[in-house]
Amino acid sequence: MRTAVLVAAKDLRIELRSRVLLWQVVPFGAMALVLAGLALGPARAGHSDAAPGLYYLVVVLVVLLMVNRSQGVESTPGTRASIATLGLDPAGVFLGKTLALWVELCASGVVLLAGSVLLLHISLRGSLVALPSVVVTLGALAAAGTLYGALTSSANTATLLPVLALPAFAPLLIAGERSFYAALHAGPLLEWWVISVVALVAYGAAGILLYGVLEES
Amino acid sequence: MIKQLAPRLLGPLTLVTMALTFWLGYFVTPPDRVQGQLARLVYVHPAVAWVALYLSFGTATIASALYLWRRTRSMSADRVAHAAMEVSLVFIALTLATGSIWGRPAWGVWWAWDARLTSTAILGVLVLGYLALRRANDDPELRARRGAVFTLLTAINVPLIHFSVQWWKTLHQGATVFGASRSLKIHGLMAWTLLISFVAFSLAYAWLVRARYRLELARERATNVSLERALADRRAEGGR
Repeated sequence: MRTAVLVAAKDLRIELRSRVLLWQVVPFGAMALVLAGLALGPARAGHSDAAPGLYYLVVVLVVLLMVNRSQGVESTPGTRASIATLGLDPAGVFLGKTLALWVELCASGVVLLAGSVLLLHISLRGSLVALPSVVVTLGALAAAGTLYGALTSSANTATLLPVLALPAFAPLLIAGERSFYAALHAGPLLEWWVISVVALVAYGAAGILLYGVLEES
Repeated sequence: MIKQLAPRLLGPLTLVTMALTFWLGYFVTPPDRVQGQLARLVYVHPAVAWVALYLSFGTATIASALYLWRRTRSMSADRVAHAAMEVSLVFIALTLATGSIWGRPAWGVWWAWDARLTSTAILGVLVLGYLALRRANDDPELRARRGAVFTLLTAINVPLIHFSVQWWKTLHQGATVFGASRSLKIHGLMAWTLLISFVAFSLAYAWLVRARYRLELARERATNVSLERALADRRAEGGR
């Protein structure tokens, strides 16, 4: 756990200093939300049933950017070798990177939620009800993203991330969208929550077991 | 004796069982009372799907797990996993194509946003991703390791696809051969033809995987030979 906290603190410190999330990722997410509204058409963008789906579509795009960023900070020459030399537990490194990514995604997720209330006219109360399910889904996306990010961490495989990760994100997108929709329309939330929680646990366990294999030199 | 004979018999056995499936399925079995001639696809589609989802992924998952476990790690396991995944793509494409051919007259559309169809298509994209991941990594060890991890992650989708017809009650029908009470829902000649089709396509799968494995082995040997030849040429140049 100590390794996880150290790695998470390191990644978050880098993010605080570089402000990539604030100046690059969040504006991209906001722009994607505007485009999503335009794709529906100005007359249908507000109060649309498609709003939860559009929100998660934008979130998934943001996740891809953030995963690339999270792996990018490790790609400077010597970083991976230093981590290997320090003898850090790979499971701890995985948990730390996932935790940092989760925190960053939660920050972007809340901003995008506020943007959805403003641009897509979803109810503020429904958004607040959906917030816990959004947090859990973002956790599952962070765990899956960290794992797929490590799979595509070298220079000539970085462009593969969307091809490998998006199909894996699809069930999470469905579960997130359905639970958001249920929160907005006072429907049954629990069954969709369960999928996100199971995915969070499954990807967490897979990462703890397999991250070391991916980092082997 | 059997060990030497079995691989040689694989090809002829596949052809015989395939021909038997075709003869029984097309000429001997009667058309269905409701679906007519369309029901004959039952002798192809379930067998192809069985190979695509369970046999291929079962083989690839076991081979990948064997590769990742240090005690059993060998390039043979990686070659088997690679061959199984590559062949699975062919069978996934066949599953989707035969399902689509059945879906057009039965549902009125070539494609429906059905849970099983969509999740199978997603699995196909994942297998394409696996092949792309392998091509992008030049180092054989790294390629094998990443491929094995990705296979294990992809295999999570198989139970999802299997239970999708129960969890989301969309267009695709539930269990066709066995009902919830495990009683056989298809009988007589039709059941036997279906069984033979499963054997035929499983044999075809084994035949293809074996051929792909041997091809990969030959490619690796050819690479090594050309590398050794290039090194010898360089040494000879240095000696001059």
